[in-house]
Amino acid sequence: MALSTPSKFGASSAANLTARITGGKRDVKGRVVEWLLLATLGVTLLILVALIVNLLDRAWPVLNGRFVDFLSSGLDASNAQEAGVWQAIRGTLTLAIIVIVVSFPLGIACAVYLEEYASRSRLARLIRINVRNLAGVPSIVYGILGLTIFVKFAGGITGGRTVIAGGLTLSVLVLPVVVITASEALRAVPRSIREGAMGVGATQWETVRSHVLPSAAPGILTGTMLALSRAAGEAAPLLLVGGITGLLRTGNLSLWEQITDGGFTSMPVAIFSYARQTGADFQAVTAAASLILLVLVVVINGLAIWLRNRFERNW
Amino acid sequence: MFIEREIMSASTTQSWTAADLRLAGGRRRTDVRMRRLFIAAGLTTLLFTGLIVYTLVKDAFSFFIDVPKHELWNIGWFPRRGFFDIKTLVVGSLMVTGVAMLIAVPLGLGVAVYLSEFARPRVRRVLKPIVEVLAGIPSVVLGYFAIAFINPNLITVLAPGANKAFNIAAAGAAVGILTIPIIASVAEDALRAVPLALREASYGLGARRVATTFRVVLPASISGVVAALILGISRAVGETMVVAIAAGAVGGGLFSTDPFQPGQTMTAAMAALGFGSDQVAGDGLAFQSLFFIGFLLFVLTFLLNLLGDRLVRRVREEY
Repeated sequence: MALSTPSKFGASSAANLTARITGGKRDVKGRVVEWLLLATLGVTLLILVALIVNLLDRAWPVLNGRFVDFLSSGLDASNAQEAGVWQAIRGTLTLAIIVIVVSFPLGIACAVYLEEYASRSRLARLIRINVRNLAGVPSIVYGILGLTIFVKFAGGITGGRTVIAGGLTLSVLVLPVVVITASEALRAVPRSIREGAMGVGATQWETVRSHVLPSAAPGILTGTMLALSRAAGEAAPLLLVGGITGLLRTGNLSLWEQITDGGFTSMPVAIFSYARQTGADFQAVTAAASLILLVLVVVINGLAIWLRNRFERNW
Repeated sequence: MFIEREIMSASTTQSWTAADLRLAGGRRRTDVRMRRLFIAAGLTTLLFTGLIVYTLVKDAFSFFIDVPKHELWNIGWFPRRGFFDIKTLVVGSLMVTGVAMLIAVPLGLGVAVYLSEFARPRVRRVLKPIVEVLAGIPSVVLGYFAIAFINPNLITVLAPGANKAFNIAAAGAAVGILTIPIIASVAEDALRAVPLALREASYGLGARRVATTFRVVLPASISGVVAALILGISRAVGETMVVAIAAGAVGGGLFSTDPFQPGQTMTAAMAALGFGSDQVAGDGLAFQSLFFIGFLLFVLTFLLNLLGDRLVRRVREEY
């Protein structure tokens, strides 16, 4: 009865109560702070919008005029009207395949070791610290590793400054991302799943193969895609291991020549090269190439985030 | 039923030994082989760190032995002419990082606080992936954005004396944009790790949301927030392509402390040595300086990351 006394507080007793507690003062400071915080978010989103609008605006002559031609032309430093990105697209795809083949199995296997075989051993702890440290090493430093190990030391196998050396360098670069995300996915698999498999007599490997990995697959897949988009957008280490930047080679290297003779490039490296050319024509080319790369990376990332949300399981 | 009976009859006729419970040879061998494979994969990551440290230390050391010491403190960084003024690069990196933090700290922390403390769950679900998209923008694209948009439309407008084509400030601003999502996500994790009970206690004492956020939640998660800043700084110091595209001074540069003029950072100097490395390969000293800067950069980011990592874990342990 005491709680429902409309006669005393009026119809909107909640508002009245608030007014009595706050002494009728409005929370101006709070409002201002909240709006400021919202503004930081707004500015951040505005930057994203400005980036996309700016790219579209600059790239329009290429996108509208000669998009198919742009996609199918090679690198060209002398004539922006004939410059294109097909070598770069093919280079990026080749690099991506190498990363998928090398980095994904290695990274997932490392995560399986850390989570399934040796979660509390001293070695596992060392490896875990090491992987976290590797994740923070600047990408250009991986270029030095690639240059010394994959180009010079193992030049006999990789052929020197080739797409293989580049792909291996990127594989090492994204390895920590794969390991960390795969570890998280494996850790999320509940113990009972493993015990179920062990209980019917499966060996550790059979448990991992038939129960743990399938249960963790969506999470692992998300991580690998994030790693892939990182590799697709990375240029700095490739500059050191021989991604061509001078746009000197306008020839049509075949895929095999790219693999064996070097002279490879990728989307980010090509964008870097075009960005260094002067003139509005090359600006359009750079913007168009940037837009293609941005769409590629955002699509891969978006797919990863969607996968994560779609298959997120609460055990 | 059938199996049960068989085991029963077996146990009555003979006693079981360890050998009976053992796996068939093939399955056991596979299991052992896979275990070795996984250990090898784990060890590979250690191998990579070892190789990085080894290559850096070896050539950085021989550079340090070979270089005339007075060249390390000179008028500027011109590796092909034998001028290896380290302070030019370090100051350049500091300026880029400083400008980046001017942009990324308020925006990153603001986004983190808003998403963690103010946004409704539904708003958060929409906005968080968009901020994550920002994290995925390739650095070459932001480098181009710096020379195509940030410099002509912002920097040269705010500072009319700034270099029209390339300058440190534009590069730093773009690096800052790259750093926003890192600071935002690490700081948001730290804020969300603060238990709800602390907020409820604060509300119970009559504090409003703003007071709760800034007097209770932020102090409680301060080490995580500091970690976010440190990891952001580490990322900004290591960023290469934005600076290589937007800061100019590709072949080298004079010592300068003016953020509105072209400049060189440690990372950009490495990239510049790298993509000309066909020519540099003959000149031993210039090529080896690549490893020397690489070593400095590695040590610097390693220490920053170590510190950041410690702080992140402290937040996690506390709650």
